[in-house]
Amino acid sequence: MNFQLIGVNHNSAPLEVRERLAVSEAQLPEAVRTLVKQPGVEEGMVLSTCNRVELLTSTRQSADLRGFLGTYFGLNAEALNSHIYEFQQREAVRHVFRVASSLDSMVVGEPQILGQVKEAYAVARGLGAIHSALEALLSRAFAVAKRVRSETAIGSSSVSIASVAVELAEKIFGSLENKTVYLVGAGKMAELAARHLMARGAGKLLISNRTHQRAVELADAFGGQAIPFDQLYHMASHADIILTSTGASEPLFRREHGESLRSRRKNNPVFFIDIAVPRNVDPEVNRLDGMFVYDVDDFQTVAATNSAERKKEAERAEKIVEIEVDRFASRMRSLAVVPTILSLQEYCETIRQAEIDRIRGRLGQISSDQEAAIEAMTRAIINKLLHTPITTLKSSASEPEAATIHDMIRRIFNLNVKSGRGKTPGESGE
Amino acid sequence: MPLFWLRVALTLYGVGLVYALASLWEGRAMLTRITLPAVGLGMTFHFVALIENAMTSGVWTPSSMHELESLLAFLLMVFFFMVYARYKATSPGLAVFPLVFLLTASAALGQVHTGPAPLLLVSRQWVYLHVALILIGYSALLFSFIASILYLVQEKSLKSKSVGGFRSQLPALATLDEIGYKCLAWGFPFMTLGLISGAILGEVRDGASYFADPKILISIVTWVMYTALLYARWSAGWRGRRVAYLATFAFASAMVAWAANSLSHTHRFIGP
Repeated sequence: MNFQLIGVNHNSAPLEVRERLAVSEAQLPEAVRTLVKQPGVEEGMVLSTCNRVELLTSTRQSADLRGFLGTYFGLNAEALNSHIYEFQQREAVRHVFRVASSLDSMVVGEPQILGQVKEAYAVARGLGAIHSALEALLSRAFAVAKRVRSETAIGSSSVSIASVAVELAEKIFGSLENKTVYLVGAGKMAELAARHLMARGAGKLLISNRTHQRAVELADAFGGQAIPFDQLYHMASHADIILTSTGASEPLFRREHGESLRSRRKNNPVFFIDIAVPRNVDPEVNRLDGMFVYDVDDFQTVAATNSAERKKEAERAEKIVEIEVDRFASRMRSLAVVPTILSLQEYCETIRQAEIDRIRGRLGQISSDQEAAIEAMTRAIINKLLHTPITTLKSSASEPEAATIHDMIRRIFNLNVKSGRGKTPGESGE
Repeated sequence: MPLFWLRVALTLYGVGLVYALASLWEGRAMLTRITLPAVGLGMTFHFVALIENAMTSGVWTPSSMHELESLLAFLLMVFFFMVYARYKATSPGLAVFPLVFLLTASAALGQVHTGPAPLLLVSRQWVYLHVALILIGYSALLFSFIASILYLVQEKSLKSKSVGGFRSQLPALATLDEIGYKCLAWGFPFMTLGLISGAILGEVRDGASYFADPKILISIVTWVMYTALLYARWSAGWRGRRVAYLATFAFASAMVAWAANSLSHTHRFIGP
């Protein structure tokens, strides 16, 4: 039994290829069912997100997943080959751990991927396509992802301007609930940032634009309130977050505006998000108590610092994954010898019973004490004889010659261990 | 061994001290996980120590500087956990843990006061009430002070646009502001009643002359600062630098009042 994984992601394949392989939510059960019907495939799972499509299987012998990919999606397998990656065994385990921990994501550390893997797992499990092997692998992968998240700071800092803005706003105001956002200038970027802020629970949206009609349209779309541009300074004092993006050549908010805002707002803080170039807010305003002004460069600096920090954290996370892969592999190996140990014990027990039955007639009348003594003696002989082979099997599990020893013992005792479906596989094939 | 439990508590508070020091150079992870349980356990033993001390000496009133330190340290921990329960903020610990450790260390390692309990001319219950009220007021003031310092640090990092490092662990500005304000507001009645009860005690024992005592005067100055601080926050929404300065003054005068026992004639532990 093997773990085998095949797929494409944002690094290996361009969007045109990924979108042709994408499996929609509705098609997913069908794809999983077809996958586990493939010759050699025992368990299977399909993960399809906007950045990756992956088939994870546990197989009896090597299965032709490339062929499956070609026929299922009706694509030319030759053309696909250069975009596909394929992993076996330990490499597959590592890949699953890395994907679940968001180390293989386009934005390293983004938290959605773990949820997506969990969903794919739930679907496959619901269809009965996941048994002990993938179950063990995936539950370990979830634990590894959790460990990475709690022991590194990989997901703690934002790397896009909009999310940095939200993060900073939360650093100032705590929660964004009941906070008022004022869009001054209603361009695309402003709209995007506003969408982010509203998604995080900001309470109210005010919009002003030189062309009032555009403000009204946007206000309708967001359930906000359009404010005529000449009421800008009057309404600004109601806003906690002011997002400026107008094409004005001179700053709209200067120091004196900041001072008047501060006194009208009774020292409540104001967060200026100035994404206009040239700037709409004079940097002098940032010197005032309780006024925080961030321009495009500031956001980019923070985002860059955060990505550098993420890179550092990702290195630590890779180390954790490596340790976990080792641990998982050795656990799998030691589980692999369990069926052999069981059948070894079973084999000896059968012989013992047969011999006792055979000799009973010749012994004549014996007391229950004597019978117990025979039981105990025969058991002891077996246990002592089996002691060394069993401990050798167990202890050799992590050694390179494990497979040889395993195989040897099976041959010596003539054990035909069939690890059928539902039994735990190992890496004994390595 | 009357100080045994207190020393156990001290050892556990040591974890908090290490945490506070380590966070200055960004040591985290494991330590964060064990610190809260450790200091929480320390607080429990501290409580045992306080009770045991009161039962063995038969006096519920702190009768020496060391006992007072021990009680204050305990109250600070109680405050810390109250703030933590409400705001999930551990960063006040950066200042509170070292202070609690020092206070407890002084109490646990200092000389054991074995002399007779001080001769008090007034009711012990009154003295106890006075001490408890004042110490709660002090703790509240200290927390407000810590919160306003953390506010300054956080504000500075937001303004200088250098987020990250240990400052990124700090709570949001709004949360720090709220902790600062709520602590003051809750502590104010305790501080006021504490002073009033002290005034009654002094009046009963010494008559009007108690008023001219340095410790009493400094305490009154502290109370005035406290009131001003509360008023500035409440009515004008002061925050940031100005509040931090004011809180520093108020806290400094509270410290002087605390230390002024040696100058005081009427307010001494071991009399006459």
